[in-house]
Amino acid sequence: MTTLDTPGRNWAKVAGNLLRKPAMATAILLCIMYGAGVLRYDGFDDTQIVLNVFIDNGFLLVVAVGMTFVILTGGIDLSVGAVVALTTMIAASLLEKGLNPALVLVVVLAVGGLIGLGMGCIIHFFDIQPFIATLAGMFLARGTCYVISTDSIPITNEWWNNVASDKLRFGGFHISWSVVIAAVVVAAAAYVLAYTRLGRNIYALGGNQQSALLMGLPVGRTRIAVYTISGVCSALGGVLLTFYTPSGYGLNALGMELDAIAAVVIGGTVLTGGSGFVLGTVLGVGVLGLIQTIITFQGTLSSWWTKIVIGVLLFVFIVLQRTVTRKQTARRAR
Amino acid sequence: MKRFVWPVGVLVALLVTNVFFSHSFFSIEMRGGHLYGSVVDILRSSSPLALVALGMTLVIATGGIDLSVGAVVAIAGALACLHISGLSDQGSVAGVLVAVGLALALSLVLGVWNGFLVATIGIQPIIATLILMVAGRGLAQLITDGQIITVNSGPYKMIGAGYWLGLPLCVLIAGAVIALAAVLVRRSALGMLLEAVGGNAEASRLAGIKSRWLILAVYVFAAVCAGVAGLMISSNVSSADGNNAGLLIELDAILAVVIGGTSLSGGRFSIVGTVLGAVIIKTLDITIYTVGVPPEVTLLFKAVVVIVLCLAQSAKFRAMFQRSRPVVAAAPADEKVQVRA
Repeated sequence: MTTLDTPGRNWAKVAGNLLRKPAMATAILLCIMYGAGVLRYDGFDDTQIVLNVFIDNGFLLVVAVGMTFVILTGGIDLSVGAVVALTTMIAASLLEKGLNPALVLVVVLAVGGLIGLGMGCIIHFFDIQPFIATLAGMFLARGTCYVISTDSIPITNEWWNNVASDKLRFGGFHISWSVVIAAVVVAAAAYVLAYTRLGRNIYALGGNQQSALLMGLPVGRTRIAVYTISGVCSALGGVLLTFYTPSGYGLNALGMELDAIAAVVIGGTVLTGGSGFVLGTVLGVGVLGLIQTIITFQGTLSSWWTKIVIGVLLFVFIVLQRTVTRKQTARRAR
Repeated sequence: MKRFVWPVGVLVALLVTNVFFSHSFFSIEMRGGHLYGSVVDILRSSSPLALVALGMTLVIATGGIDLSVGAVVAIAGALACLHISGLSDQGSVAGVLVAVGLALALSLVLGVWNGFLVATIGIQPIIATLILMVAGRGLAQLITDGQIITVNSGPYKMIGAGYWLGLPLCVLIAGAVIALAAVLVRRSALGMLLEAVGGNAEASRLAGIKSRWLILAVYVFAAVCAGVAGLMISSNVSSADGNNAGLLIELDAILAVVIGGTSLSGGRFSIVGTVLGAVIIKTLDITIYTVGVPPEVTLLFKAVVVIVLCLAQSAKFRAMFQRSRPVVAAAPADEKVQVRA
């Protein structure tokens, strides 16, 4: 075993050793995809294309960041897509009634957090598998959507739509507020995971729950916290989605949990928990977004190729992770 | 039998609710040589789910999980319909048999793929099958070219909507497969071997069990079951929809398995429980319809039932109500019940 450094450096070393390769692989893949796009298609080298990837996927990025927290503890959250839909629904119906947008924001974030908190409590206190508990949460959230309304509710609130369509221009390029919010969320998440006690606990819990418990770490609190964070992130993702398409609908974000999980995995976070970076998730979302952009540019490819390509990438990255972990184990045994 | 108390209780409660709202609920009549009635309807609509859940049970028994069954359902239906729609005579039995054979063969290949990833490469099952879950939908849409393929084939329609000896053919098919599987795993050592692998794959390998082949076999079996279910579903509506066929059926199937008392951590399974679980889920759907609950609330209702059933089977939750046996871990849980309520 290595000598014990200060905890900070030790963690960085462990995490760095384990995952530098998959995260690097994602970055290289991203560069190759971008390079190929630039070579092949006219107008692909416009910087705005890169910005558009994040404008179009800001909501996915926020949701995927929340999912990263959950997956780092070795859990999974299937409810995110449904919570996104529920958020758009609640926001749209409350705004329709003429409520103050600021209040609406607080309400939807609180609802998302509460759903996450509830699922976290059920998972921790009753020993229900995350898979089943969040599945129930998914049914609950989607069901509530349909109870509110089975139709799509348009959002006509002036302030809301202004924020949605506002473009932040700089040097000939523009981004939306969604991108700014997503960037803030990413920065906050990266800080929490790297420099706070909660972040350490999350890695420890994902690494080995039994050890974390025996070390006296607050396993229950940490686990409930990650599901709450994921719930709040999903709600925020829902808000960003209403900025992108200004309406609330119960069928919004169908299957989004899969995209989020895929982004996290492609970003190099190990699904068994314990190692990964938020920055990797950003790269993962970038890869998913770039695939869509390339398919749009190609024009002749149908939309389902997106799914097939994502599946193939998932396969490649999972096998890559597998070989890296194997090498690590072999080295440790030596 | 003690472990079936909860599922059976829920099923009986649902059925009683039905009788309460529709007095002729249990009446079954013969019409044109076919049996008609709500109970027959329940059995018919739960056949595909029961089949998928049967495969899922064996996978879960080995400590795995198969998320890709929904995609396999879509692919099997899509390939069969594609082949039939290309026939000059859609009513030919031989052509339909070839289509069914093709669809099942492809399902088998997909099962081998899943099994290969899990057993040979050693990827965690939930992730390994996630790959096919994502890519499979795309594959199904690739087969149907993004369209909904409609067919007009008498023999194909038989699989999902036909009758034989007065009973729906799909119930008979599902029943036969389930009975066969039950006999195979419980009248031979196979079931025990599966449970051994699920309990501790490494220990069972050291004990001389060929766990790798067993794991491969259960994924193949699950995929073929999903393929048959896919044929039933697409044949029932005489069309294949790559995007929506079997959507979320993997979650319903896992739910059926859990309701039936099979532990998701593997090492123990019950086929009877799974079939009960599948029937409960479909009875729930029909109950919601008879009671007159607006269809919007269906999912909400389902969520409540899932939570109640899971809590009822949670050891910690039960311990809370048994004062004679104080359980330290469950002590702080009291205040949290209100969070959910």
